[in-house]
Amino acid sequence: MNYKKILQKYRKDRTRLIEILKEIQAREGHISEKAIICVADELGLSRAEVEGVISFYHFLSARPLGKYVVYLNNSITAEMAGREKVALAWEREIGCRFGQTSEDGLVTLLETSCIGMNDQEPAAIINGVVFTSLNPDKVKKLVGWMREGRAAEDMVEETGDGANGHELVRAMVRNNIRKTGPVVFGEYVPGQAIGKALETTPECVIDEVKRANLLGRGGAGFPTGLKWEFCRKEKGEQHFVICNADEGEPGTFKDRVILTERPEMVFEGMAIAGYAVGARLGILYLRHEYTYLRRYLEHVLQKMREQGWLGKNIAGRGFDFDIEIKMGAGAYVCGEESALIESAEGKRGEPRDRPPFPVQKGYLNLPSTVNNVETLATATQIITRGASWFRSMGTPVSAGTKLLSVSGDCERPGIYEVEYGLTVKELLEMVGAKDTLAVQVGGPSGNCISEAGFGRKICFSDLPTGGSIIIFNRGRDLFSVVRNFLDFFIEESCGWCVPCRAGNVLLKKKFEKIASGLGTVQDLKEIEAWGKIIKSMSRCGLGQTSPNPVLTTLASFRELYESRVNKEADFIPEFDLSRAVAEASAITGRKFQEEQDHA
Amino acid sequence: MPDKIKFTVDGKECQAEAGMTIYEAAKANGIYIPVLCHYEGLKPVGSCRICSVRVNGRWMAACTQPVTPGMVIENASPDVEEYRKAIIEMLFVEGNHFCPACEKSGNCELQALAYRYQILVPQFPYLFPKKDIEAFPKFLLEHNRCVQCQRCIRAIQAPDGKKVFAMKHRSGRVRINVDRKLAARLSDEEAQKAMDICPVGAILRKEVGFRIPIGRRKYDRRPIGSEIEEKK
Repeated sequence: MNYKKILQKYRKDRTRLIEILKEIQAREGHISEKAIICVADELGLSRAEVEGVISFYHFLSARPLGKYVVYLNNSITAEMAGREKVALAWEREIGCRFGQTSEDGLVTLLETSCIGMNDQEPAAIINGVVFTSLNPDKVKKLVGWMREGRAAEDMVEETGDGANGHELVRAMVRNNIRKTGPVVFGEYVPGQAIGKALETTPECVIDEVKRANLLGRGGAGFPTGLKWEFCRKEKGEQHFVICNADEGEPGTFKDRVILTERPEMVFEGMAIAGYAVGARLGILYLRHEYTYLRRYLEHVLQKMREQGWLGKNIAGRGFDFDIEIKMGAGAYVCGEESALIESAEGKRGEPRDRPPFPVQKGYLNLPSTVNNVETLATATQIITRGASWFRSMGTPVSAGTKLLSVSGDCERPGIYEVEYGLTVKELLEMVGAKDTLAVQVGGPSGNCISEAGFGRKICFSDLPTGGSIIIFNRGRDLFSVVRNFLDFFIEESCGWCVPCRAGNVLLKKKFEKIASGLGTVQDLKEIEAWGKIIKSMSRCGLGQTSPNPVLTTLASFRELYESRVNKEADFIPEFDLSRAVAEASAITGRKFQEEQDHA
Repeated sequence: MPDKIKFTVDGKECQAEAGMTIYEAAKANGIYIPVLCHYEGLKPVGSCRICSVRVNGRWMAACTQPVTPGMVIENASPDVEEYRKAIIEMLFVEGNHFCPACEKSGNCELQALAYRYQILVPQFPYLFPKKDIEAFPKFLLEHNRCVQCQRCIRAIQAPDGKKVFAMKHRSGRVRINVDRKLAARLSDEEAQKAMDICPVGAILRKEVGFRIPIGRRKYDRRPIGSEIEEKK
């Protein structure tokens, strides 16, 4: 394989390292030692550094993989939808375990964190193609096709609604838009907003967005207008607009639907942001899991260039702005804006220290504004319809509408565009949820609330959310939910700082002690204290929210934890001898009797 | 002096030059904020979080955060010290540290911090991870003791700027990865520098050891941080 040719294609640009590695892997199935050496030498990097990048990302591999690589999602909604049976079916049909490649080298089975398909689980990505609503029969069929050598894209029998059926997408993914609203799914004529923005000054655009009180839709809620203003004021030879399309919070899939159905609105928002901050280039950082949308999005960009909404001299007003797409490679932490920038520069997606903030030193150390997909789409509508129109919706603090990705135990999972201020109870009725035990608002990093909190409002001042809403009914075991979320954070920690890297493993250990009935009142105190330490001491938002699955269920469902702990004992060891030898006892048929009298 | 910044640490009025980090500013005022990943002259990375302080109610890493006028910094509050102690304990349980058998004993900053914080038994359960020892021409890399402080990554580079040490993997699997080709070219002095800069006994020179007997080493004589506190 001629690696040098690939490197030349990317102009030996170090910031394109991830793309280079992905192309090599796409052609050869993995990134061999030979490839690593060549890439390192040509880019002026050490081999260790290239290995560091490959090993950071879930979808890059230095070891050979099968002809088909199955990434089965392991999120909680997948579990609820029967993931275990599907996983067993894969293992049975292929003849190897998850984490392994079949002996004939045909299939590799791997697990992966949430792929943004929560309303159509269990789902998997096979050679870049998404397969939803899997069951053991479908698995059998897919494996049969694999044995025949059918290409993954030819295994899609029926495509989903909307642009999912476009010839450049051809995905079986469904949009499941259950409720449209006036902003993201409102009336929209492409090109209007950018034209209108260019008639005014950048300062006026910023003012309008500020007056609209648009807060970041990714979850953190930073005022968008202010962010643009800070970015504009920074000196730098170039400014950048980055659209964060790395939605990785388990349970969120609204950006996927926006990019499928409203890509022009997002790209237009990027151009408006570009005009506001003084940027000529925008980057759409698209998560690897949504690779299937890439060709379609490139096509939309090209169409927009042809129509004069992107490229040189937009709308004849002398403003140049273009957008390129950069792909992620599988890392939840890259949704954090500074980690995203590192990744976009072709490095390990490790968050940066702040200050300096991305608006000061972002992409290539130049002023950059990083905005969520929904934020940018919303900005487009604000420019067209005006700030007061926008503020007439929602609450005084949280203006406008929010897209919610609803999954779990309800009749109508999918996308809902609702005004801020909606109560959880109203939402539950809207989606057809019955006998609800708990609602996870904002994904694992958010808040788990019980019935006592169903009167609370979805808005920035009460229950903020990037859009993830997962519903659990009374038949569910909350401990398995917490366990799934803790495993997620342990896996997705970048490993940079101690409290997140080690603390979360310890927190999980303590959780398992309590869950298995070996906990005491002291253990409950300790798990809470440890959670607070991790929250306080961690370096970035991932670590600072990672104990939330424990801390928020402790707050909402304390009685559940209390029912599991032994209230009399001062101390129970974590190690339970009779439990540890139970399997061996069962196999040998010999009963193990714990000595009753330790004294 | 122009551009002096006023701030307080545990109620004590302090002054420092603009542009200093909280750690440096405290140090200039004779106040020790414990650090482990930080090393004078290297770009701070804020990975260990031991230097965390509370500023106006918010937690910050003193090694990376610039001091600003009017900051009210808590460095000795009981919970600040308690949380730091927890971080040190986390480092002990996520690795395999056997001080009496370690060449770095007495010169080890992790051990010295454990003494300073009077850690007898960590509050966390030991994780007993399986980690390897790797050998290179000039040094050994003892992964069992590595705390991922990244000092070696920052301090040792090839003449053309390439990284000899780099991070590999993520989460609890994260390891220091050595570029074999570049490591083979390190001089004795560079290998010694790598060992000296390592706060623990993860990087060890080959064929030399125990030159100074245990009991007469740096932190056997004086506790860590005393060099700063004595300047007061």
